[in-house]
Amino acid sequence: MTSASVYWLQQILNALQLGSIYALIALGYSLVYGILTMINFAHGDVFMVGGFLCFLAATLLGLPFVPTLLLTMTATAGLGVIIERMAYKPLRNAPRVSAIITALGVGLFLENLTLAFYPYPQHVPPLLLNVTWRLGGLALSSLQLIVISLSLTLMLVLDYVVRRTMVGLAMRAISWDKTYVPLMGVPVNLIISITFAIGAGLAGAAGTMYSLAYPVIDPYMGIMVGWKAFIAAVVGGIGTIRGAMIGAYILGGVEIIVVALLPSTYRDLVVFSLLLALIVIRPHGILGAPRAQKV
Amino acid sequence: MKKNLSRFLNLLVLLAAMALVGCGARAPKEETIKIGAIVELTGDMPAVGASSRNAAELAVGALNHAGGIVIAGKRYRVELVTEDNAAKPDQSAAAANKLITQDEVIAIIGPNASLGAIPAAEIAEANRTLLITPWSTNPKTTLDTASGKPKHYVFRACFTDPFEGRVLAGFITGKLGARRAAVLYDVASEAPKSQAELFRQTFERLGGNVVAFETYTTGDRDFSAQLTKIQSAKPDVVFLPAYYNDVGLIAQQARRQGIDGILIGSDAWSSPELVKLAQGAVEGAYFANHYSTDIATPVAREFIAAYQQKYGKIPDDVAALTYDSMGLLFQALKTASAPERQAVRDAMAAISGYPGVTGDIRFTPGSGDPVKSVVMMQVKGGQFAWVTNAAP
Repeated sequence: MTSASVYWLQQILNALQLGSIYALIALGYSLVYGILTMINFAHGDVFMVGGFLCFLAATLLGLPFVPTLLLTMTATAGLGVIIERMAYKPLRNAPRVSAIITALGVGLFLENLTLAFYPYPQHVPPLLLNVTWRLGGLALSSLQLIVISLSLTLMLVLDYVVRRTMVGLAMRAISWDKTYVPLMGVPVNLIISITFAIGAGLAGAAGTMYSLAYPVIDPYMGIMVGWKAFIAAVVGGIGTIRGAMIGAYILGGVEIIVVALLPSTYRDLVVFSLLLALIVIRPHGILGAPRAQKV
Repeated sequence: MKKNLSRFLNLLVLLAAMALVGCGARAPKEETIKIGAIVELTGDMPAVGASSRNAAELAVGALNHAGGIVIAGKRYRVELVTEDNAAKPDQSAAAANKLITQDEVIAIIGPNASLGAIPAAEIAEANRTLLITPWSTNPKTTLDTASGKPKHYVFRACFTDPFEGRVLAGFITGKLGARRAAVLYDVASEAPKSQAELFRQTFERLGGNVVAFETYTTGDRDFSAQLTKIQSAKPDVVFLPAYYNDVGLIAQQARRQGIDGILIGSDAWSSPELVKLAQGAVEGAYFANHYSTDIATPVAREFIAAYQQKYGKIPDDVAALTYDSMGLLFQALKTASAPERQAVRDAMAAISGYPGVTGDIRFTPGSGDPVKSVVMMQVKGGQFAWVTNAAP
């Protein structure tokens, strides 16, 4: 392999890892928007809580990777349902602005609650086998491969659930029309809670993998990542699952390419400018379709 | 009618209560003089702020226990007013303003990180209040940005980046014999930025080759793209002038990317949290420091023992420098002609040899920068070990 192709292969792996984590979080935004047409601004902080729960499971309970992952996903899924029941359900018929403000408030609450317990950045113990294999000039990190493959697996599972199960059918039905679907016997509240649980659970998985890949966690780490994942979801077409994934990998790819070609100072500038341009060209996102407003 | 009467009575009661509030506070007080401290208690580097605050409180506590301080023939108790700047420039400026105008402190210690020290120093200089920063190495802290001349009211207890850069570059080319260096630094933070630039200049002047010069922004977590670039440039050493929270992530990702070169750090590495966060990835790395417990003088040993007794841990360089800053300030207060800001400042500038924990500190006329040695350290077995000293 030439050193140039090795270099670019390495960068592609970097992009896949970054994109995978963004994808897991972006899915949460898309799922919730699809079903409630509301942006869950607290989602980035749910991701952060996932990271801290992974830290707690690893340090206090001393669990290895798989139980930690499962425990964290379950706990964040529960957190998602609690947030939905307490903060969003009462405001379902309120003006959209109220729901947004509440979401921001929930996010701030999560950040400061975590800050109260952990004002210092914490180190997450290494739970994943971290071997670096050298192939030619390529450095393959087992951590990178696990993150990428695990994320893809979770996304495939989600895709299956949404397209091949009754729950998924109900989710898609509610996102299509919320007024008449309950008349067909669909338990709307239950399905909404399940949606939040799935979205939050995926964010919890993202938080776990993120905190193992970048093992210094702090209460504000969800902010920037959350915003970028949200933008990824919008670029891909908010409300669509495939769109969230595509948008996230595009975002991760552009971030890595920009840093590879330009001084890293320009990264966020170029990334956000490109995304802005994409939105201008396709306002509904790449896979989003304009939805007719029923009168 | 009844409503108006009851309202009037309410007003009378309220006024009476307000008048009585002042009565309780008239207890006789001894004379107190206030010193302000701006430290990074929350934010990116809380370990730095905690060390600094601990050392400041230790110094003030010891002084007050010994009877306080005598300024111009009168005895005073020292009160430490601590403000948190959350390791942010805007909050540093706000904290400085508050301490100077509201709390009316006679002088300020801190902030530690240059990103906060520079704005706070501007405020102090504008308000003619003495500010001494224990740990900020960026030359801009004591220089007036408009004229490029030294400020009058700002001092520091440590060496500056140009000297540190020279020492590190010399160490790498000399002791390590390395010729190819890569640099990765935070472009949004003052100290790492100036250290990276100065290192590059000095290293190239000594015949070295900077094969990669990469940046990131404060708060970034993923350095994989920059590290892949660095890895493909095949450096002998990688210079990382980052604060301890970033070093952990960068070092681990560097090893994961297959970067085997020696890591070199700046004085920002010196926190005991470094190894906790970076673990094995920094083993064998070298960095610059302000003092080492391995070569402690009797003065230093006394401080280390007292700190350990009060806080249960070994003081790091931030603590040692803060302790020295307080010591310098007490010295200035003692020799000042009056408990006024200008007099204290003049007394500080006149200090010609203060035996501090971090070495002998003296200020040359017209400069707020003392002449100090760099202490080179290595991470061995997860501990900091002293390697050598470099004097200017």
